[in-house]
Amino acid sequence: MSRNFLLKNLKDPSGRPLELAIANSRFMTVKDAAPDSEIIDGNGLTAIPGLVDLHTHLREPGKEDAETVLSGSRAAVAGGFTAISAMPNTNPIADTAGVVEQVFRLGISHGICDVFPIGAVTLGQQGKILSEMGAMHSSEAKVRIFSDDGHCVWDSLVMRRALEYVKAFDGVIAQHAEDPRLTHGSQMNEGEVSAALGLKGWPAAAEESIIARDLLLNEHVGSRLHICHLTTAGGVELIRWAKNRGIQVTAEVTPHHLLLTDDLARSYDPVYKVNPPLRTERDVMALREGVADGTIDVIATDHAPHPAEDKDCEWAAAAFGIIGLETALSVSYKALVESGLMKLEDLVERMSGAPARIGRYEGHGSLAIGNEANFTLVDTAANWRVETLEIRSKSKNSPYLGLELPVKVRRTYLRGKEVFSQ
Amino acid sequence: MNRHLLSIADLSKEEAISLLDTAAELARVTETPVKKLPTLRGRTIVNLFFEDSTRTRISFEAAAKRLSADVINFSVKGSSLSKGESLKDTALTLQAMGADGVVIRHPASGAAHRLASQKWMSGSVINAGDGTHEHPTQALLDAFTIRENLKERSGDLMGLNVAIVGDVLHSRVARSNVLLLQKLGAKVTLIAPPTLLPVAVNSWGCNVKYDFDSDLNSFDVVMMLRVQRERMEDAFFPSEREYARRYGLNAARLAQLNSRCIVMHPGPMNRGLEISADSADSDKSVIVDQVKNGVAVRMAALYLLLGGE
Repeated sequence: MSRNFLLKNLKDPSGRPLELAIANSRFMTVKDAAPDSEIIDGNGLTAIPGLVDLHTHLREPGKEDAETVLSGSRAAVAGGFTAISAMPNTNPIADTAGVVEQVFRLGISHGICDVFPIGAVTLGQQGKILSEMGAMHSSEAKVRIFSDDGHCVWDSLVMRRALEYVKAFDGVIAQHAEDPRLTHGSQMNEGEVSAALGLKGWPAAAEESIIARDLLLNEHVGSRLHICHLTTAGGVELIRWAKNRGIQVTAEVTPHHLLLTDDLARSYDPVYKVNPPLRTERDVMALREGVADGTIDVIATDHAPHPAEDKDCEWAAAAFGIIGLETALSVSYKALVESGLMKLEDLVERMSGAPARIGRYEGHGSLAIGNEANFTLVDTAANWRVETLEIRSKSKNSPYLGLELPVKVRRTYLRGKEVFSQ
Repeated sequence: MNRHLLSIADLSKEEAISLLDTAAELARVTETPVKKLPTLRGRTIVNLFFEDSTRTRISFEAAAKRLSADVINFSVKGSSLSKGESLKDTALTLQAMGADGVVIRHPASGAAHRLASQKWMSGSVINAGDGTHEHPTQALLDAFTIRENLKERSGDLMGLNVAIVGDVLHSRVARSNVLLLQKLGAKVTLIAPPTLLPVAVNSWGCNVKYDFDSDLNSFDVVMMLRVQRERMEDAFFPSEREYARRYGLNAARLAQLNSRCIVMHPGPMNRGLEISADSADSDKSVIVDQVKNGVAVRMAALYLLLGGE
């Protein structure tokens, strides 16, 4: 399987010289490196632990024209990820042990990156009856994260019970915070731009009111709550308040919400149509601050592939979503490191260490000796242009096409095996 | 002038006035016994309507025919969101048929922009109403009508006080009118229940009032907007009766308007809801003029977009 090798001439995320010894798929100290180790030149690249995505739409089963576990895995490792979390809004929905095991096994059999299925909180993501979360946890897929992503668990009682129920197996409820009554038919952030464009608005309060409610519920029941894709300044303030108060909560933000604003909708190009929507400059700045000061624990892609015809149309008819696996590190670096808010090592913590801990993804998130050798070599000096033909995802709905981005992923390793190189 | 007419925002003040002046000249043609000019002979204009709107379609059709263009009416049943032919495929079809200009009415905001900005077709695109976004030729015909009545038929609308009353939130007529009236120097006051105004309405540079009864005599123009009866199901207002009482133009309010004030409505009207019959039929009403002027203004738009080649 994995070779024994010694990577020389590397830097660690803080820029210090580094050598990595890998034997039996794990990191070991250089002095204990196996005598038969092949010596490989790292060319001065920066080694980071393999990135971990808590929010990926792989579309299989059911929508294989948009993405499959295989194409999504290839896109993931090209973006430096060694673990991704498959959202359950497939067809059939991943609300039973059977479906999560199917997705999990596809990941194993491809052997490109680790695919951890997320289970639905409620049956059919309908928000009414709890799905058999225990069975999904006990299955081969060992599901720990549950989400109705795409839909909000908006019934307060169901949300309370879900939070309580998963305590039995250290589960976490990942909430898509969106009051459905306030967003029926909504197309974009509600504000100056939506007023001018005549597109139905999506108020920040629809997101923030659910976050606030769930924080209070979790203060009461003491479970693990994770807030998906935060988009508003108010949401950041709520999480900050909750953490100060000692409420157990983690939060994520997507790379696109750290870089793009609702002003882009003026083009009426649905490549900018996404759920939750792009917000204002003020929100973007607050989200960046939130990541920098640790209020936001995780950057997650919300990689949402859609076939061309679902975006090559008028705005209202288009699907919501942006692909992001292959650009996540570069876009986050641009928003947070180039802007001077964070160091690369802290960004890597948000994209690898923290998500691995939340998902309990053992073997991921660290370059520590003894850990599984899941890592990525990146060139922090390289710039690259996002081109349609280079995208490995089956879908090309990226808002960054033609854009120049920093940081190029050169090689990705899963348990010591090279799964991507360029 | 641009190749397309998608939004009033794309027109400069000079272009808007020039279009109104052109419309005034063309209006004279429509008053002669032979109402026809050869300007667009041999050109094909498609009326692409994804929404039923007989009045706007026949207005464009009359305008194009009076300029001697060949007119094809293309009505697509059902909304864009139903699984019919996509906007893209429709556009490719029109391109294959050699349309020089497409007049599009569509329930999705931005549909005309998409048609013009994608490389699906090469003809000029005229926005005849896109969702709740804009309806530029309606605003132009409204400005034309105001100018005819209050401004000696020339120049801009400097100094006029215009009230736009009703469902501003869902109105493409209001969006285009706010942009054009302000461009032409008029002062715009929006009067509506707070639920029917966009939350960011303060970015529009208009006065905003929730009360239709104060300072009624200060307006030179009162423009009523159509309100859809279904709106109360989404809790925008409690009942038709309450809406009519608080925001309808009734006889009592009509009596308070100043002597030169004109009353406008883009049609179709809900008599008894946003406008009472006696207001609609009063001598202050220029609603029928609006319809007539629509043809001249649309002739001018087609002429300026397509005639110069």
